[in-house]
Amino acid sequence: METDRKDGRTPNQLRPLKCSRNILHRAHGSASWSQGETKVLAAVYGPKAGTKKNEDPEKACIEVIWKPKTGQIGKAEKECEMIMKKTIQSICLLTINPNTTTSVIVQVVNDDGALLPCAINAACAALVDAGIPLKHLAVAICCCVAEEGSVVLDPTKLEEQQMRGFAYLVFPNSALSALPEGSYLVNGEPLEHGIITSVTHGVMSVDEYLKCVDRGRAACAKLSGFLRNSLQKSQFPSDTSSKAA
Amino acid sequence: MKVWISSKEKKPMGLDQSPNARHSLQSRIPKNCHHWTLTRSEFPAVASSSKTAVNRRPNPRRPPTAYCCREISRLAPPNSPPDPASLVVAIPDSQTRPGARTLEEIQKKVTMGLVDSSGDLSGEMEVDAFRRLFPLRYYERHLAESIRPDGRTLGMARDTTLALGAVSSADGSALTKIGSTTMLAAIKMEVMTPSAESPDEGCIAIEFHMPPICSPIVRPGRPAEAAVVESKRLSDTILRYGRMESLDVQPRTIWLVFCSSGMINLKELALVSGKAAWMAYLDIYCLDADGALFDAALLSAVAAFSHLQIPVVSLNDKGKIVAFTEEGDTVGKLEKEAVNKEKRKLTLGNIPFSLTCALHKKHILADPSSEEESIMETLVTVVMDSSDRLVSFYKPGGALAYTSLVTDCVRLTRQRMKELEKILDEAFSGMEVD
Repeated sequence: METDRKDGRTPNQLRPLKCSRNILHRAHGSASWSQGETKVLAAVYGPKAGTKKNEDPEKACIEVIWKPKTGQIGKAEKECEMIMKKTIQSICLLTINPNTTTSVIVQVVNDDGALLPCAINAACAALVDAGIPLKHLAVAICCCVAEEGSVVLDPTKLEEQQMRGFAYLVFPNSALSALPEGSYLVNGEPLEHGIITSVTHGVMSVDEYLKCVDRGRAACAKLSGFLRNSLQKSQFPSDTSSKAA
Repeated sequence: MKVWISSKEKKPMGLDQSPNARHSLQSRIPKNCHHWTLTRSEFPAVASSSKTAVNRRPNPRRPPTAYCCREISRLAPPNSPPDPASLVVAIPDSQTRPGARTLEEIQKKVTMGLVDSSGDLSGEMEVDAFRRLFPLRYYERHLAESIRPDGRTLGMARDTTLALGAVSSADGSALTKIGSTTMLAAIKMEVMTPSAESPDEGCIAIEFHMPPICSPIVRPGRPAEAAVVESKRLSDTILRYGRMESLDVQPRTIWLVFCSSGMINLKELALVSGKAAWMAYLDIYCLDADGALFDAALLSAVAAFSHLQIPVVSLNDKGKIVAFTEEGDTVGKLEKEAVNKEKRKLTLGNIPFSLTCALHKKHILADPSSEEESIMETLVTVVMDSSDRLVSFYKPGGALAYTSLVTDCVRLTRQRMKELEKILDEAFSGMEVD
């Protein structure tokens, strides 16, 4: 049973992706990421000297500042900051530059659904642009569960509100390795099947959640291909934007 | 509690540095660890006679980090008991510390402790130091035996107690303890005018406070970051999204969202359609933060809502809602009928229960304490409701979680849900008897 989406997409189809690097010249690294109408701009400053008060000085510290499109910073923004901080902490190599702080500033340009995954993707691209050492990249996607139990990917804001529940999932990017497939298995699953972050809203059954995770993994494989292509583009500022449909 | 012995720029937490080498050694010892073990060769400044040690400063090329951590780690691998002969307890001058024991006594204790133990964690006096300095290794040695330092198995939660009606001035309240984590929830009701979009519905405002009493890292003034995040997550869980017809309502304004099949039906909070409805202020105070804050907070919120008794009100002559008072005079009594005499308690739909698990390599620890939470960086909170649906699977960052782990956490949460349902029922039946 296919659900008819308002913009004519199939349930497994993502919105057009667009990623640009090196757009802010004063920041050490910057990127903008847009999925359809949702657009987020991320900037990275760091590493700077010193850590914050309650942080471990033997590791690098990550600080995330989330700026909404309008209005003051409230609880929702603080929660997004906390989730992004923990996600970025798990992909960065924190012991390389101890006692330093890296700031990631996220500015929401437009919110049309799947805002947090868009922000995580933008922040990851900005970290690569800044040259912060990472273990692997993080690729994020939003999956919703419709009333009848089918899974729909990358919803718009309207769809998010009308669905029974949705989940923001972040996976590591798929590796491009010279070794044959199946040699890097952990518990019988390849590395990119592990969930880095998962935030759900609304109610769903456990099976529906696992279905979301499966679909999310497949979509993230495509997204990480796109991310790799766009980040491999040349360093010249004129050629730093790439598009994918 | 982690004792961070950091590089020269930062002062070690809670320890002061004085130029006197003799006192600086004493002051680097954590407060409740009276003894220290060092080998003579590695620490010549202390081992030499006191008169030369008085004015000797630590070698500037060797930062203070080296003194404490490295010496312990160089003693012996933890699996084999260290050779007692190589241990020299260096207390440079026994008469400076009034409580210091003599060298012979301490060495006897060390050897006795070593002989008694199975060789795993050798010596009673080293255990405390080992726990402070290498908390992860200390935990891993317990996890290898599938047990935790407080004696629980990996899937066992701490003792949970629930007391209803803890705050007598509030309309509903509950005090919850999970292990040492203590939460006090209280609900106050107030009459307000409902909004135009939903004239038949009341409103719930949920706020989570972490006063400085709960934890040493919380200071007065700025609210702790954890408090803000927990507050939002609690409101997300208790007031779930329903179907929204209007596009103007932002999804972030939780207060105006009406929930269709959540725990609380906001329509029950209505009084007079379009004119008056209840506003319930739920405040949760964390009195002791010892890990698994969300679990305790959610349980106390659920208990407070179950205990809630909506105050009886009536309409007075001017058409305003006032508190219903039983008075002697019969003149105005006929007009003053209670508006909601029948409806005093909220009917709760599917009640959500949660369980926080800490993940470390292959082990899943249910209901971590704050020490475990600080060591293990990956935390997962699973919230399920009584109809076996997943309300929330919350995993902010951390190590990678595979499908087997997801199913294991869900299974542990189901077990915990049964325990919590029993506890809630017992607390209720205990209250109804009164």
